[in-house]
Amino acid sequence: MTSNESKTDKYFGQALKRKEDPRFITGAGNYTDDIVIPGMLHAAMVRSPYPHAKINGINKDSVLGMPGVEAVLTGQDIVDAGIGSIPVGWLLPELKTPAHPAIALTEANHVGDIVAVVVAETRALAEDAAAMLEVDYEPLPSVAFAGAAIAESAPVVHDDVPGNVAFNWEIGDATAVQEQFNVAHKTVKLKLKNQRLIPNAIEPRASLAQFTPASGEYLLYTTSQNPHIHRLILAAFVMNIPEHKLRVISPDVGGGFGSKIFQYQEEVIMLLAARLMGRPVKWTARRSEAFVSDMQGRDHETETEMAVDKDGKMLAFRVNTLANLGAYQTLFAPAVPTYLYGTLCNGVYKLPAVHVKVQGVMTNTVPVDAYRGAGRPEATYAIERTVDAMAHALGEDPAEFRRKNFIQPEDFPYQTPVALVYDSGNYEPALDMALNMMKYPELRAEQERMKGSNKILGVSVISYVEACGLAPSALVGQLGAQAGQWESSLVRVYPTGKVELFTGSHSHGQGHETAFPQIAADELQIPIEDIDLVHGDTGRMPYGWGTYGSRSAAVGGSALKVALQKITAKAKKIAAHLLEASEEDVEHENGVFRIKGAPDKSKTFFDVALMAHLAHSLPEGMEPGLEATAFYDPKNFVYPFGTHMAVVEIDTDTGKVDLRNYGCVDDCGPLINPLIVEGQVHGGIAQGAGQALWEEGAYDEEGNLLAASYMEYTMPRADDLPMYQIDHTVTPSPHNPLGVKGIGESGTIASSSAVANAVLDALWHECGIEHLDMPYTAEKVWKAIRDSRAGMGQAADD
Amino acid sequence: MNVTVNVNGKPYTRDVEARTLLVHFLREDLLLTGTHVGCDTSQCGACTVHVNGEAVKSCTVLAVQADGMDVKTIEGMGTPGDLHPLQTGFWEKHGLQCGYCTPGMIMASAELLKHNANPSEEEIRYHLEGNYCRCTGYHNIVKAVQHAAEIMAQGGQSGQAADD
Repeated sequence: MTSNESKTDKYFGQALKRKEDPRFITGAGNYTDDIVIPGMLHAAMVRSPYPHAKINGINKDSVLGMPGVEAVLTGQDIVDAGIGSIPVGWLLPELKTPAHPAIALTEANHVGDIVAVVVAETRALAEDAAAMLEVDYEPLPSVAFAGAAIAESAPVVHDDVPGNVAFNWEIGDATAVQEQFNVAHKTVKLKLKNQRLIPNAIEPRASLAQFTPASGEYLLYTTSQNPHIHRLILAAFVMNIPEHKLRVISPDVGGGFGSKIFQYQEEVIMLLAARLMGRPVKWTARRSEAFVSDMQGRDHETETEMAVDKDGKMLAFRVNTLANLGAYQTLFAPAVPTYLYGTLCNGVYKLPAVHVKVQGVMTNTVPVDAYRGAGRPEATYAIERTVDAMAHALGEDPAEFRRKNFIQPEDFPYQTPVALVYDSGNYEPALDMALNMMKYPELRAEQERMKGSNKILGVSVISYVEACGLAPSALVGQLGAQAGQWESSLVRVYPTGKVELFTGSHSHGQGHETAFPQIAADELQIPIEDIDLVHGDTGRMPYGWGTYGSRSAAVGGSALKVALQKITAKAKKIAAHLLEASEEDVEHENGVFRIKGAPDKSKTFFDVALMAHLAHSLPEGMEPGLEATAFYDPKNFVYPFGTHMAVVEIDTDTGKVDLRNYGCVDDCGPLINPLIVEGQVHGGIAQGAGQALWEEGAYDEEGNLLAASYMEYTMPRADDLPMYQIDHTVTPSPHNPLGVKGIGESGTIASSSAVANAVLDALWHECGIEHLDMPYTAEKVWKAIRDSRAGMGQAADD
Repeated sequence: MNVTVNVNGKPYTRDVEARTLLVHFLREDLLLTGTHVGCDTSQCGACTVHVNGEAVKSCTVLAVQADGMDVKTIEGMGTPGDLHPLQTGFWEKHGLQCGYCTPGMIMASAELLKHNANPSEEEIRYHLEGNYCRCTGYHNIVKAVQHAAEIMAQGGQSGQAADD
């Protein structure tokens, strides 16, 4: 099923090719680094080469005489300008938050922390000088891993975070869980590492700032998923600029995956530099800078335990996690390993008791924040790895073990033991469709046939649910969010009947410029060619909270729908007036407003739009114009779910894992544009598969990033991945006007677990290996096979 | 030093530093910003252009090395009204999301189709393994290239690609 269920929609549900693509395929995209303002200067960052160091001095004179060098800025310039610490956007009870200055003043806390900035006439001259700047560092003891950082003798990252523990958080009933374990028929326990990831949007971050002294106005072009959040933070908390005097434009953005949500140091620096220099200033990250300055993802050390009764019904799930936060806490950092993780640790199962305990730990590494899925891939991994281990322990088929523990359709709305209320769901059809699509019994038979050869097969079946569409503002406010999570939309109809839509959501690849007009074209009953979407400019749209947490369609799309309904309501009144009929007698069908039963008397949308603006004849007391704004606050999260299956083939001689097939059935409610939905799923699968098989933001124990370029950080390439088989079930969200649920993160939330379980399925069937941490590189898998065979009495070298 | 490079059929003479990379020459001196920079180790392929008909990562070539040569960038492939079959393929098959890797993907794919008019899925994947895409998972990029090959097989040689 790949279309929505409404029979009247002309555009909603159609796999239209994207309206935005002509500019991208002809090289006419407009990304931040493409923008040139005459007279602009260029900045280069001087970054700490040490994970932890005292800054004893910076000799500005060492570069100030160099050609083209205009200025050197240090932490003292930030202090002198009265610029505040970059704030955290989500506060937990008793959270300990160290200061995060735009330029480090006395201490650098991770490799890549900014200690100075050179501003020069060209980028090359700025980088030359940045490489030459004399900085007197005094290296300090440092620590990279969460487990090591909480040891008694561990180096302290920030003096105001004693023991390096930023927070202790828990959810669920620990006593109830223990009671279930006391009566359990069987229990399993796993120790899991969910490794550090580096998001790696292919467009590096960039910022370009301009200051106009006469008006006091600032303009900032930046690579942002949420320009209004940047404006709010910069204006109110960091720069002390009147909010209306800062315009933030996020033009075409080359991928985000979470890494472009956050308020970064460089954006603050560009605004300050533009003001101090009286000229526009631009900075564009090199990839090597991106590795040590883009917020990173995951990095959990976790213990899980599951208990079942004698029938194999789940009784309880217990999770204990150390979350590595890195050297600073950025915008959503405290929420990711807590409310976006612990509350999801129930999965799709009827679990009488769940308890999740998380400790947030500071280390001398690049900060960790939301990366595609943000907490939910980690939760899915913790659950689905453990579920497979339990299925093995019980000798049950992993698919059937899951099926018999599913929350059933009649159980919704379902209150989990970890706070969430799943408002809708129907998990079994997605499981069955996936099993059929992938021919599961045949795969198991093939696995048996290959057993013992030097090519072994692994098959996984994982089922997930996630919570997205962030979020009901009052609820997240209670939980510590320092922001609203509604969305706004403005619909502006011109006298000619052409329409512009404005949204606070932002597209950095998700196809808003097509999907949003699809919604509008149906509501207004006009051709989609007459509608364009504007986004990414605080100077043009009312307000908004941007795009992350798979919220654009569910929240931004719903705001649009409400604004459109205001337009059609007013348009109908005008049409009725022009037709000299009562409003109740007018219907809006097939693109015209007409009197019921008198189809020859009608007015087009253009007639109405024109009269709304001419205002020669409007209903008594009606304001002219045809424009509407809506602010939409969702009533709940949305809960996409589905089943993903991976098939891997492992060469036991080399340890190389080949992802042979991948299939999934997702439920994101009705599909606005199936082409775009499928693209989101494909990309999500690839990123999760990347985590399972190749990617690791590896540090040494002191905090030196060992994977700091594409030479060491391995992302999937075209020849590493298969074609994906994907399908959908459609269970609409019961609470938003479109029924839609998010799909931007589902692929990633499910696929790291699916690929991991497939690899472990092969290794368990062949060698009895119960667990191995991601990523499953050839070396790691080969060693595990060798060690297990050695343990079974076989020669290690055969 | 002065270099003259024929870019998309037109000669451009500019005074450049010896260390100027071809990609920076294209982007900063000629303002042809369709060619992108995604890394600094020649691994992402976002900067792929054609130099004398061969696909080249323009971050690995100095502008002075391109002196006197013919360079084709994404801007020379086709226009919205007259798209190259690969541009059509990427559009039709949703072979792009954020669009950042797309110019490099199209330029690399064009080289493949020049040498192999009917590539298999495996050949397409192998040929594009020097180009990173973080959005699409490559599935639709493969389909885009296959679609372009079909258009070209049916004689649909639109755009300005026929020459190389």
